Amino acid sequence: MRRFILIAVPYLWLMALFLVPFLIVLKISLSDIALSIPPYTPQLDLSEGWDGIKSFLSQLDFENFTFLTQDPLYWRAYVSSLQIALISTVLTLLVGYPIAYAMAQAPDEWRPTLLLLVILPFWTSFLIRVYSWIGILSNEGFLNQFLLWTGIISTPLTILNTNTAVYIGIVYTYLPFMILPIYSALEKMDGSLLEAAEDLGCSRLSAFWLVTIPLSKAGIVAGCFLVFIPALGEFVIPSLLGGSDTLMIGKVLWEEFFSNRDWPVASAVAVILLLILVVPIVLFQRNEQKQREVDQ
Amino acid sequence: MAQTVFAPWDDPQAKPLIQFKNVTKRFGDFTAIENLTQDIYEREFFSLLGPSGCGKTTLMRMLAGFENVTEGQILIAGQDMANVPPNKRAVNMMFQSYALFPHLSVWENIAFGLKREGKPKAEIEARVDEMLRLTRLVKFAKRKPHQISGGQRQRVALARSLAKAPKLLLLDEPLGALDKKLRQDTQFELMDIQEKTGTTFVIVTHDQEEAMTVSSRVAVMDEGQIIQVATPAQIYEAPNSVYVADFIGDVNIINGVAAVDGDGYRITWAEGQAPFTAKTANSFSEGQSCHLAIRPEKVAISAERPEDAANSVEGQIIDIAYLGNISTYHVKLANGQMIKAQAANTRRLSRRTFTWEDRVWLSWTDTAAVVLER
Repeated sequence: MRRFILIAVPYLWLMALFLVPFLIVLKISLSDIALSIPPYTPQLDLSEGWDGIKSFLSQLDFENFTFLTQDPLYWRAYVSSLQIALISTVLTLLVGYPIAYAMAQAPDEWRPTLLLLVILPFWTSFLIRVYSWIGILSNEGFLNQFLLWTGIISTPLTILNTNTAVYIGIVYTYLPFMILPIYSALEKMDGSLLEAAEDLGCSRLSAFWLVTIPLSKAGIVAGCFLVFIPALGEFVIPSLLGGSDTLMIGKVLWEEFFSNRDWPVASAVAVILLLILVVPIVLFQRNEQKQREVDQ
Repeated sequence: MAQTVFAPWDDPQAKPLIQFKNVTKRFGDFTAIENLTQDIYEREFFSLLGPSGCGKTTLMRMLAGFENVTEGQILIAGQDMANVPPNKRAVNMMFQSYALFPHLSVWENIAFGLKREGKPKAEIEARVDEMLRLTRLVKFAKRKPHQISGGQRQRVALARSLAKAPKLLLLDEPLGALDKKLRQDTQFELMDIQEKTGTTFVIVTHDQEEAMTVSSRVAVMDEGQIIQVATPAQIYEAPNSVYVADFIGDVNIINGVAAVDGDGYRITWAEGQAPFTAKTANSFSEGQSCHLAIRPEKVAISAERPEDAANSVEGQIIDIAYLGNISTYHVKLANGQMIKAQAANTRRLSRRTFTWEDRVWLSWTDTAAVVLER
């Protein structure tokens, strides 16, 4: 009984804060747009009893989902989001791995400080940090001023309001999520493994490739998912740093909700996004599970 | 059939496999190895024995190529090893932590070194299977290191380091992680495998019993220097210093002053007591201070004064350590010196001859003790 209560607490939490809101969104996605408050129909009227529920259910349909397949904007936005999320995940890995590796190689007394430096940006608001990138990347921004001053370029580079700025923003924002799992995997690694690999005929490079990389695989996979999943639905970075041609599903969702006030279509977009995310989330969970088994 | 004794170190014609020539190793200000010269021969099972921090592991890591020599030379099969990286040496090492690759199966771990050599697949498979049979691991080939026991991991590490058929195998505290019973079994297994493969083994250990069991020769080290190199029997019976005598096994040390007496020495050790007599190959001048080292099992214990013993002294039993097969008696002499004497328990405990507070006589022959200068 006590065990049941113990398990029930997180389940109730998830029910209240995840499942119930999701069901509401799902319900809205099956509704039709209407000029009312809230702006959709049908409304569930429980005062009419069983008949009310029946007539409510009969009015729900998949019209909005069909609409999503008809307008190319939506699937283009999904594909473009996947592409941007994928590319920025790879970029984050390329930047994050060397940092994590260097941290794991650093002397013991330096590691807590380095770890603190990685987490330090979280102390400032995410929004402010993205805004500050506008100051850096704009045509009159610090980066262009610096490059003009050094004479590397003669006309300012256009970075802000392009996909490049979005990549920079995502890599910068999600870098700690990539570094931390890789660092924790590398830090656990026994240094004598590399010596053993060398002893058995590996060069330094092949030892890295055959031992270090496979042993940090779980960290790499975890880091990639931790970047990929939020990047896919990212809204703030593309809308602040991206241009008009930056197509991301998060932005489409926002416009559908707040500009068009078409809640049912916006909800349908959100449901599809969630379904797309279920795949990497399940894969991520599996990776974690496998890692736990190895660690035992 | 009489077997020829394996003793290449006594043969001036024999060519050593490993030569340390005036090797010094410093880490910053700290000198780990000081001006060390030593030869190790092919097919030897050579132990480096000493307390932690004596430099034995550094010596081994220099052989493997993980540390550079500060001064001097290390030659393996006549070739200077300076600037030869670990992956280019015909030397393999078995690590203290075993350092098995956790992401690879037992089979892949053993095949790791062979694959790096780029040998044909069939040859690798044959060699790995041979190693699996040698170390009795055939059943576990597909398991990952975390799915097997400590003893099995130790055997995988051994198989992996032997797979490339190295000229020289280095073993860093190979049995440290095993419990005592398993350790003893594994010691004999190691000796067996060493004999079968004909590989030269250099083993680092702080366990003197282990060194005694497996080695052809033992090097006792202290503070970056080798104090004595000899066969286990010589190390035990004829230690060259109090340090070695004390490090290997149990010993009684009696300080005294030597006086020449015929072909031996008379050693005055306490006022009002008859001097001990001892025969020794070491030579002492008249009145030189010396140490008498005598093993507890060579001290006889009796109730009456023995008639014919070369040395005998009276004392009182203070303590008895009962170890099952033997008992160690701690006997206090008149001057307060404690002497340990061992006697085999040939009788049941209830009929034990001596007990606490008994006054007894200790005796030993004139060749039982070793007289040491330092």
